[in-house]
Amino acid sequence: MFGIRPRQKITQADWAGYMAQRAQQAASSAIQQFFSTPLPDPETPIAEVPMVALDMETTGLDERRHAIVSIGLVPFTLNRIKLAERRYWVVNPSRPLAEASIAYHHITHSEIAQAPDLEVILDEVLAALAGRLVVVHFRNIERPFLDAAIKARRGEGVLFPMIDTMSLEARLHRQTLWARFRRWLGRPPVSIRLHASRERYGLPAYQGHHALVDALATAELLQAQIATHYRPHTPLKDIWC
Amino acid sequence: MDVELLEIRQHMGRFPPFDGLSDDLLDAIAEQVEVSYFKTGSNILELNETLNELCYIRSGAVEVYRRNGELYNRLGEGDIFGHFSLLRNHKVSLPAKAIEDTLLYFIPDAVFQRLCEEDDHFADFVELERPRLETAAEQQKKSNDMMVTRIRKLLTRYPVMVEVSTSVQQAAQQMSEAQASALLVLKEGSDNPRFSFKDSEGQTWQMCGILTDSDFRTRVVAEGLSPQTTVGEVVSSRLITIQSDASVYEAMLTMLRSNVHHLPVLYRQRPVGVVHLSDIIRYETHSGLYLVSNIFNQSSAQGLARLAPDVRAAFVRMVQEGANSQMVGSALSTIGRSFTRRLLEMAEAELGPPPVPYCFMVNGSMARNEQSIVTDQDNALILSDEFVPEQHDAYFHALAKIVSDGLDACGYTYCKGDVMATNAQWRQPLSVWKGYFQDWMANPTPERLLHSSIFFDLDSCYGEDLYVETLQDLIAETAPKSPLFLAAMARNALNRTPPLGFFRTFVMEQDGKHNNSINLKRRGTAPMVDLVRIHALACGSKAQNSFQRLNDISKTQLLATGMSDKLSYAFEFLCMSRIRHQMIDLQEDRLPDNNIEPENVADSERHTLKDAFQVLSNAQKFLKFRYPMPAQRQGR
Repeated sequence: MFGIRPRQKITQADWAGYMAQRAQQAASSAIQQFFSTPLPDPETPIAEVPMVALDMETTGLDERRHAIVSIGLVPFTLNRIKLAERRYWVVNPSRPLAEASIAYHHITHSEIAQAPDLEVILDEVLAALAGRLVVVHFRNIERPFLDAAIKARRGEGVLFPMIDTMSLEARLHRQTLWARFRRWLGRPPVSIRLHASRERYGLPAYQGHHALVDALATAELLQAQIATHYRPHTPLKDIWC
Repeated sequence: MDVELLEIRQHMGRFPPFDGLSDDLLDAIAEQVEVSYFKTGSNILELNETLNELCYIRSGAVEVYRRNGELYNRLGEGDIFGHFSLLRNHKVSLPAKAIEDTLLYFIPDAVFQRLCEEDDHFADFVELERPRLETAAEQQKKSNDMMVTRIRKLLTRYPVMVEVSTSVQQAAQQMSEAQASALLVLKEGSDNPRFSFKDSEGQTWQMCGILTDSDFRTRVVAEGLSPQTTVGEVVSSRLITIQSDASVYEAMLTMLRSNVHHLPVLYRQRPVGVVHLSDIIRYETHSGLYLVSNIFNQSSAQGLARLAPDVRAAFVRMVQEGANSQMVGSALSTIGRSFTRRLLEMAEAELGPPPVPYCFMVNGSMARNEQSIVTDQDNALILSDEFVPEQHDAYFHALAKIVSDGLDACGYTYCKGDVMATNAQWRQPLSVWKGYFQDWMANPTPERLLHSSIFFDLDSCYGEDLYVETLQDLIAETAPKSPLFLAAMARNALNRTPPLGFFRTFVMEQDGKHNNSINLKRRGTAPMVDLVRIHALACGSKAQNSFQRLNDISKTQLLATGMSDKLSYAFEFLCMSRIRHQMIDLQEDRLPDNNIEPENVADSERHTLKDAFQVLSNAQKFLKFRYPMPAQRQGR
């Protein structure tokens, strides 16, 4: 449909340079492996980019006080989401589980008591993400939590480029002239949460707050966003951040 | 089961053909699903591309097209497509396009093949047209066999049973208390294995006989026996019984044959009840058989009209007991004919004997023995060639009027097209009728035949059967040799076409437009009847019933092999659908009609109906090629 032009130029971080540098410095072999697996060039059309949708459930919103409880991921491309290759882990947060968060993501004390520490599965997680562009809904949870959790265990964090379906929605609904006009009128902003965003594209309502279901939901949302507002040959650099 | 896949398998589990799958198979599908989103207007499958997956619509809507671009089907949530290609050469033959934003689940071919192998229901569903219709028809037949009413259904309580040593006085008291008209006499031990059984405590008993009300009169009181006489002394050793799974009909025959009014009913050897003739009569009161005899017992048109509710009750019962469309159709036609005959008898009684012989002819559904509960009257009079209008017509006009008014009062409304014996045009001597038919067949135009095709379903109802047979012979003789006539009939048979199918709560037309309901007669059974009639005329069949006509047609080369079976299944399914919806109307105290509303059509019925429409539509297209307008007459 319409190519949406962001109002302010997104500063393109030099992800390739950053990753090459981290690969050289890495002490952990899994991390070294992760950073030395090349990512698609920023000019690659989105249709050709291998991606992986990632979602985590956490005990809270602050990576300094809270921890990861579960991780779900689904590899996909613009054409296909491959459920058969899905991965899902429950991990022991080794931090107290607030009752409120249990009600939220339905993972109970007993499940977590049996679960391994993130350290045990970390290599697997990194291997599943390597070489694929990670897609999340709201990168300000996944990015800092993963970085902090890895830093705590391996002494070095992990940062990488992401496509954030929430920020794509924000560009459409929060940063346009129309959105500013609405704000000026005092209208409430359009919701850019996962469920509300999906609804706008006619995507079905899924039972939320399960890391894998949300990862699947995020992958579907990105397919819908690209099909609606971008083109298959839109370069990766216009979408990632 | 992984909770994360619940979302997928629960959704699929709600829709056919997945709704019948085991949990294991559903899991196997959900595990392997691939997902993709399609924007409105985007192509999903392109003609001739290679396809290795079954497509399942999770949300949105998809249109499927024929090779020539014609709309084939419109599909919504829970529908599948692509299976025809998977079953054939893995090349897309019916391209598909998203008409709303659509989320699809793709099921890999390997999983699809496994489902076809491991689940018969699934395999039947994805096979095109014939098997599904065939299965539906077979299931109807099967349930029909099962639902023949068993005699045990008429039992309301356990039998009263006494030992041989009981006095007749005590036995009579027990019968009075239980308000039973018969009791069974038992003794301990066993010398006749046929009537020996063990009770719940393991005690062996033998049934010695039955003692009825009338036995007390004839064997005890009339003989002057003392009240202290034991039942063992008076009980008859003649014991006629019936098994509990025998049909009501068998029980009735047994009673008539043996001239008894009570029958002990056994489950294996154990007595489970006693059935009395009055139980059977009460039951049969609601049957078509009883209704017909009741029709002939009426002495006035008002009396006949009062039986109309019984006709509806008999119809509902037949459908509930699983009768197929042929049974319902012929029962209702028989009832309709009985009304007509009785009215004619009454008319003759009133007007005196007819001045010249005549035949009262029925047309349309009654002639085909395919009457439904919603019907009008189509009839005519064929008079002897001795008929002189000035002298005799007053009589026959009066006769026709009595019958026609009487039928209307009984629920067979006047024919809107005035195909009734009250119309002078349709009250003519045989020679004139012959002329009518010869003219229709020799000088046909679609317009002229529009209103006369109903006469090509014709049967005698009363009087000189030979007159109608003469006409039937004439038609069978002439029609196969009249290509122009067949072509004109074929032209008319295409006036009414079936819809494409259903989409959500709508009926979808061939051009993609939506309707809220569909007249299943006008859009299904009637065009099918028209189509079958033409082939039957072409092959000189004298059968009137559509199934019998199809049977005659199948013996010729008119249709491709298996086609007449396909048409039979489709016709049966269309008729049954119509009948079922009429029964629902009656049960919910609505006036029954020929309409069905998509929201009342179950998923499985939708798919089978769509197949039936498809069979009809294809058969109609074939009709055009099979009976073309001969070239030299085309300009007329």
